[in-house]
Amino acid sequence: MNYTWDWSVLTQSPYLGWLLSGAGQTLAASAGSWILAMAVGFLIGALRSLPYRWTSAAASVYVEVFRNIPPLVQLFLWFFVFPEIVPASLGDWIKGQMPMPELTTTIVAIGLFAGSRVAEQVRAGVDTVRVRLLPAALATGLTPLQAYRLVLFPIALRRIVAPLTSELLITIKMSSIGLTIGLMELTAQSRQIENYTFHGFESYACATAVYLSIGLIATGFMHIVNRRLTGSLAGNR
Amino acid sequence: MDWSVIWKYRELLAHGMVVSAMLVGAGMIGGMIVGALLALARLSRFRTLAFVVGGYVTVIRSVPLILVLFWFYFMLPLITGQPLGAITSALTTFVLFEAAFYCEIFRAGILAVPQGQSLAAAATGLGNWQTLRLVVLPQAVAAMVPLLLNQAIILFQDTSLVYVVALRDFLTAANVVVGLNERPIEVYTFVAVVYLAICYGVSLLVGRSKKAALR
Repeated sequence: MNYTWDWSVLTQSPYLGWLLSGAGQTLAASAGSWILAMAVGFLIGALRSLPYRWTSAAASVYVEVFRNIPPLVQLFLWFFVFPEIVPASLGDWIKGQMPMPELTTTIVAIGLFAGSRVAEQVRAGVDTVRVRLLPAALATGLTPLQAYRLVLFPIALRRIVAPLTSELLITIKMSSIGLTIGLMELTAQSRQIENYTFHGFESYACATAVYLSIGLIATGFMHIVNRRLTGSLAGNR
Repeated sequence: MDWSVIWKYRELLAHGMVVSAMLVGAGMIGGMIVGALLALARLSRFRTLAFVVGGYVTVIRSVPLILVLFWFYFMLPLITGQPLGAITSALTTFVLFEAAFYCEIFRAGILAVPQGQSLAAAATGLGNWQTLRLVVLPQAVAAMVPLLLNQAIILFQDTSLVYVVALRDFLTAANVVVGLNERPIEVYTFVAVVYLAICYGVSLLVGRSKKAALR
């Protein structure tokens, strides 16, 4: 194998700056997608667990559509198709004036995809406590909305922290598909450094190490969330 | 709207689907074979081997598939000393990438069988290999089937990512059609519906196999 190692490319200008800004874009896309995914996931998950046929059917359709189309196809639909089928004024705004179009589109696409997966976890979590706790909560005089917000969600959330952690990790990795529409995130930057310097080993190894670190930090963060949520209940589950 | 563009380029699109299917086939068959070996290594008594394989599995599962595609696209020609096409590097990536996920499915499936089962089997006089083959694996496989089908759906969706190394799978072929005709609405909608129909179909099977596994 004929290859000259030079780890110093990683600290040279402009490559170090590229890696840092790439990591920043990856974090921004991941954080944005995750916030959207949690919001959508809890809403759809709650609708799916409601005893009304129409809301749960509509929520099921959402989940099946968004998790059964590959995220990259969804990204292309949002980027190339969506601006063409909405009213012209909105479409022109998306194509011309929307701030950070690549990042925004990536966040929307990944957030809605991940939201369908989070919704499944939320529904599973709510289902385990709903049968007993919903009637009890309603009997104390809470409205259905309050019952979900104050009783079912807090308890369900504690039970689904572990699956949500793996959904978060999937979402972070998924942010790399943004490069197909021009988002210069971590994978794109490491690829660009390879193209410029031919030092692919070093740049890809660096990207790999950063993804591992982000994953570890995210896992640690969710661990702390789990401790805070479960608190004294941690011992007797 | 002009849906005739899809019929016009049916051969290009069909060929793309064949490439996608090849990647799924290689990822499943190759990935399961390598994944089974990795799982045995991780469960083996050789500490160093188990540790190294564990490290490989963790790293592969922590990075995006696109980055792994880039890794092999860049590295394979250097290792073999000759230029390789996108298809070779993509097939290699899918086998080695999926292997890490199958390894964990197999390992979890085997570990989920209560240890008392192996002890009981040993007590009846079965050897190690017989215990694994006749007692542990049949129970482990039943628990694994839904996970394996689920992984197949994810794998099929992931094949669309070979777009980044310009390999003409179904999505990339559709992209070529859009480039030729400027008909993104019809073509991407068609692509989405096809993926949806296939993945939803398989996910119905997952639901059934889950019920069967609970029985």
